[in-house]
Amino acid sequence: MQKLESQVGVIEKVVGPVVFAKNMTGSSMYEVVKVGKLNLIGEIIKISGDHVVIQVYEETTGLAPGEPVFRTGAPLSVTLGPGLLNQIFDGIQRPLEILERESGFFIKRGKYPDVLSKSKKWHFIPTKKINDYVQAGDILGFVNENPLLEKHGIMVPTNVKMGVISKIVDEGDYVIEDEVAEIKTDDKLIKVNMITKWPIRKPRPIKRRIDIFLPLITGQRIIDGLFPIAKGGTAAIPGGFGTGKTVMQHQLSQWADAKVIVYVGCGERGNEMAEVLERFPQLKDPSSGLPLMYRTILIANVSNMPIAAREASIYTGMTLAEYYRDMGYDVALMADSTSRWAEALREISSRLEEMPGEEGYPAYLSSRISEFYERAGCCEVLGSDGRYGSVSVIGAVSPPGADFSEPVTQSTLRVVKVFWALDTALAQKRHFPSINWLTSYSLYKDDLNSWFDTNFASDWSALTKEFMQILQQEEELNEIVRLVGPDALSESQKLVMEYAKKIREDYLMQHAYSLTDSYCSLKKNYKMMKLLSYYYTKSKELINSGVPLSKISSLKSTRDLSRMQMVSNEEFDQFYIKMEELLRMEMASLMEEINLE
Amino acid sequence: MSKHPTITKDFSTVTAISGPLLFVQKTQNISYGEYVELLSSDGVLRRGQVLETSFEMAIIQVFEGTSGLNLKDTVVRFTGEPISLPVSSDAIGRTFDGSGKIIDGGPPIIPKEKLDVNGSPINPKSRAYPTDFIQTGISAIDGMNTLSRGQKLPLFSGNGLPHNDIAAQIARQAKTKRTEEKFLLVFAALGITADEARFFRKSFEESGTLNRSILFMNLADDPPIERILVPRLALTTAEYLAFEEDYHVLVIITDMTNYCEALREISAAKEEVPGRRGYPGYMYTDLATIYERAGRIHGKKGSITQMPILTMPNDDITHPIPDLTGYITEGQIIVDRGLHRRGIYPPIDVLPSLSRLMKEAIGSNKTRDDHREVSDQLYYTYAEGRSLRDLVAVIGEEALSERDHLYLHAAEMFEREFVSQGRYEERSVEETLDIGWRLLSNFPESELKRISPSTIKKYLPKSTLGV
Repeated sequence: MQKLESQVGVIEKVVGPVVFAKNMTGSSMYEVVKVGKLNLIGEIIKISGDHVVIQVYEETTGLAPGEPVFRTGAPLSVTLGPGLLNQIFDGIQRPLEILERESGFFIKRGKYPDVLSKSKKWHFIPTKKINDYVQAGDILGFVNENPLLEKHGIMVPTNVKMGVISKIVDEGDYVIEDEVAEIKTDDKLIKVNMITKWPIRKPRPIKRRIDIFLPLITGQRIIDGLFPIAKGGTAAIPGGFGTGKTVMQHQLSQWADAKVIVYVGCGERGNEMAEVLERFPQLKDPSSGLPLMYRTILIANVSNMPIAAREASIYTGMTLAEYYRDMGYDVALMADSTSRWAEALREISSRLEEMPGEEGYPAYLSSRISEFYERAGCCEVLGSDGRYGSVSVIGAVSPPGADFSEPVTQSTLRVVKVFWALDTALAQKRHFPSINWLTSYSLYKDDLNSWFDTNFASDWSALTKEFMQILQQEEELNEIVRLVGPDALSESQKLVMEYAKKIREDYLMQHAYSLTDSYCSLKKNYKMMKLLSYYYTKSKELINSGVPLSKISSLKSTRDLSRMQMVSNEEFDQFYIKMEELLRMEMASLMEEINLE
Repeated sequence: MSKHPTITKDFSTVTAISGPLLFVQKTQNISYGEYVELLSSDGVLRRGQVLETSFEMAIIQVFEGTSGLNLKDTVVRFTGEPISLPVSSDAIGRTFDGSGKIIDGGPPIIPKEKLDVNGSPINPKSRAYPTDFIQTGISAIDGMNTLSRGQKLPLFSGNGLPHNDIAAQIARQAKTKRTEEKFLLVFAALGITADEARFFRKSFEESGTLNRSILFMNLADDPPIERILVPRLALTTAEYLAFEEDYHVLVIITDMTNYCEALREISAAKEEVPGRRGYPGYMYTDLATIYERAGRIHGKKGSITQMPILTMPNDDITHPIPDLTGYITEGQIIVDRGLHRRGIYPPIDVLPSLSRLMKEAIGSNKTRDDHREVSDQLYYTYAEGRSLRDLVAVIGEEALSERDHLYLHAAEMFEREFVSQGRYEERSVEETLDIGWRLLSNFPESELKRISPSTIKKYLPKSTLGV
């Protein structure tokens, strides 16, 4: 390794974020190099003889041919250890808070502060003792990272097949670089401290993949009810601008019942990151009441930050997610937006003068996208205790002109299992979340139905199926209305329309910024479905006996249904009882009236 | 802003000229992005920037264009520094051309600092989220798509639509509730006609805005490649004044479509692989380096609010220019041809318009506590009315129910009374909301689903005004 450092290459050519260099014999693909007098970090992305091509993670203005290129011999890696949560990094894991302290509010080049504090003490509690046999992934002890993640596992490195602990420290306070254990293997002695490095483009190893069977509860009615995502699942949110992709991502990162959230703001707006940074510390975790930032890691590489670092940002986020998965936690990764990442890929590819594929994207776009989503999943992680962990990935896609036939959307749809199609027309009607219920789908629905039915309510899947059918019928009836006018509909068809409207406006719509409605518990979700379905069943009986729809619609109870979103999760049980009673009574008296006539 | 003494290097080894690009051979140690001066036999000093550099060759984009240059006599002077702009608060009230030269005949300005025009990205951690309401006095914006300090909100318009009037009206009227703060307008014109330039100037003069404005003018007959530079000059000035001198700066850039055309021209000359409609694949990133230079910073008093104007080619919102812009900016205000034809000014179509930062900019301490609910309800009623309008076109008005007629009528009234206002009419946000309530009072309370009963009680006018 020492020899590598002494090898210095020379810049030949600079084109935007791409630098060509020579005298680089022996360098390997994706090796990190330091470019120019400013020591800018870059990565080798092409080798030909002693010439290499480097993508530079910082603005390259001022670099000139003739300046040196230093090799490091290592691939681009992230630092893993306690203290990652509640932080904000850029695409190559530079801590933005420290960067701000060191160089002010504009990001300066060539600065690489420590990712994790070297002086902060962590309270380490060993779980293993001397002479215990251990294997890769076994947890040697825990540190209390923060109140939301009290058990941050310090794990046996992945390269240890089998070993025996020859030394382990007592419970106490240590800094990350302190040695906490020593493991003797067949051929060497491995010293373990609390940090590790891991190359971002290489998936962290697992024992085996397991079947997906648990839903990721998001507190969003349309998702939990109609298009659920599983823990360890993958979902895409494509939508034109203004359809609410980012708000959706924010909602999911706030409310999804994962242990750790990694939010990658990839080539999006600076002010949106500012919003997350200001809002999350104030938001409370629904189960513990602690600030949500404690379980969150933010990766911010906003649109005017260097493009190569944007390309790296989603891998950086994924590696951090895998690290917490390896401790046995459920992690959710939000990437907003993968289109910006793909554009970074395209830009670099075009600077390399590669043969373009569809719409100028490189031919390997599709394989890169599938590789990324493949890192999601539910698995038994390394370690002898059979822990399970998962990484769920939710990627926003920003198709140009909201046209879903473009390459990034299409390549994504080939690999993800859940498709939440955001609809510009719905967004313009201020119907949020603007998920189109006719085109969206979830391939986990069938698998998860059994979970909902056995663990939650036996008629859950029947209710969601009813909703989907009604919405489908509405679409067909709309066709008729468009052709011949609303008068052509029978009373029972009008009831279907009315029911569908209630489903849309009172159930599917959800106010992200309303305190009571932003998070909808499964229980409230279920009871809302119940009430609506009850309304429909009862109304159908009335219509069949000849009661006109207008009479049903003017009942207080049917009108009050529309206020149910605004009833809090806690008060909903009571509301439900009252509401059902009111519906039953009013409808019964309508029935009586008609019978008297 | 290099601290090293400037070493200039002269080369006369130009081997090719293609469009706005110049190819210089046998260059050495030329750094990427550096500023270049070109001396030629016609005596005109041209400026350029290095787009690509290697041992053998440097490619230079020439801001003034290459017409009149030849291979033999052109001397290329590399300065070793990025393009920088002298900045000072003395620039306030002054007019510059697209290269930063004073063109108002006034005295020169003594710069306080010289700044790299490309700026640096603001650390996301340092950003303060925009929450201060800016009152533009235009109901369609204040009421339905509120602008806030530090936001970037573009006007999407089309050829022949009155976007300039709207921009000028906003420039005249924009204010916040805290009047003691320092407000400033930076105006960047990119390839607008001399008539338009005169219109803006006159409008600023009349309203007294000119002495708190800085104008950068690149007109239709000025060099097109210079348009790459103009927004950067404007924003560098704005950044200095906002974050060093505590001004609240509103930056109006018109017309961003011309900027993108210039970008495409350079890309084509470099023979790059084109993206959609011939625009380069990096246009999103390039536009972001302009639009993202808006915002507020923790601990700084000033702010930059951006209002870029762009004309959508063929009114097509899916065209790459508005499309990529919409993905970066925090919403958009849509100027609609249909409304314009029906004589409504400002012809702002509130349905596809959007202000992403509205929710934080409105409410009891900022505008009024009923703002969100009123705007939601108006939005709903207008959208309902508009979709009924489409239905009427197919099946005729007779088939509609009474409720439908109500909505149809409300949509009409919304356009005539709420959206429509005079070019010099400045409405306070309270007036705007009151007009909204007047329209809503035509509906039975049961239709006002987006408003809570308590808000209805507090604000709904008791007697229904016949309209």
